[in-house]
Amino acid sequence: MNPPLPHLVLRDGNGAPPPVGERFAAVLALLEQGFTLTCAGPEPAPVPPTEAPDAMLLDWPALCGADPAARAAELAAPARAREAADARPWLPWFPVIDYARCTHCMQCLSFCLFGVYGADADKHLRVEHPDQCKTNCPACSRVCPEAAIMFPKYKAGPINGDAVQDADLQREKMKIDISALLGGDVYALLRARSERARSRFSKERDADKALAERQKCLAQIAADVPPEVLMSLPSPEEIARRAEEAAARARAARQG
Amino acid sequence: MKAPVILYCHCRYAQVLPDAVKRAVLERLCASGQPFEAVPDLCELAARRDPRLARLAAAGALKIAACFPRAVKGLFAAAGAPLAADRTEVVNLRVLDAEAASAALLAAELSPNLPPDKTAPAATAAATAPASALAP
Repeated sequence: MNPPLPHLVLRDGNGAPPPVGERFAAVLALLEQGFTLTCAGPEPAPVPPTEAPDAMLLDWPALCGADPAARAAELAAPARAREAADARPWLPWFPVIDYARCTHCMQCLSFCLFGVYGADADKHLRVEHPDQCKTNCPACSRVCPEAAIMFPKYKAGPINGDAVQDADLQREKMKIDISALLGGDVYALLRARSERARSRFSKERDADKALAERQKCLAQIAADVPPEVLMSLPSPEEIARRAEEAAARARAARQG
Repeated sequence: MKAPVILYCHCRYAQVLPDAVKRAVLERLCASGQPFEAVPDLCELAARRDPRLARLAAAGALKIAACFPRAVKGLFAAAGAPLAADRTEVVNLRVLDAEAASAALLAAELSPNLPPDKTAPAATAAATAPASALAP
């Protein structure tokens, strides 16, 4: 995970504040560098900076000028030098759980091969290792029967956090097996399992329709998972081992 | 009455917030003379459970310029800093234009809009996940 930069408190200081355009350019440059900011203005700071132990107080005139981007980079340089030792910059892509919807069924824990999920002593789902999530892969959200898994940076709802509609729930109720990601003959797999699918769905809906929905959902998952993630999947044997391990953890979480 | 704290998320790592909207809203905040907080990326702060989020959640009335209210609520919960439903308004930069978003942020009144919790008496359920259900 990326190390945090100091918190900057920007205040008027002595003299007239710089023009709005210069202040805006400075704030933009600092945010692009990764600083968190308090723009205190003439009023007291919204959240007292003394509560942020790493806060640095800076006057606007010290920030504004000809090249705000260079000034922001200069401020970030010490932290960036430390960061260089960290081999892999992390993009903040990870599942966010909507606990108003989550039933702690652990299907996502069973599904994820990368150990992102875990469960606590109360059998509640938790996102244990967000930094192990694969950037741009929203596949686990597709297996959630309650549409309770969000990726705020995803392009479309309800995965991006938009309100969940009835139609979304119908689509999400199709549980997808991890083996579908192995790149094998998905439709042969589906045919082999059709009998089970039929018995599973026969009580509540037309079996052919259910199978069609499952196929549609499966295709959607395959389209959603970035090629880099598919390429980085381990061998089929290792996937089978990890899937079994994850399933065992999910069973243990459910049963206590 | 104390004015709401304004928090602006720059969504630094993704292009999901329209750039023109982000820039226009940030420029209007700078021009307003009102104090505000700004973070490069709420997702990143939530993932590392940054204590700034807890301080913001505890600061009183809060207006957050970011993305969907359901996502923002989940991010603060993930940081172990649940938002108070009656004191939080999320201004969604994914769907609002700059004019509407700026007006909502800079308005004196607060229009709480977080989605409800699972349990019926929402006031006592206090916005969210069990504390233990979140990353360490």
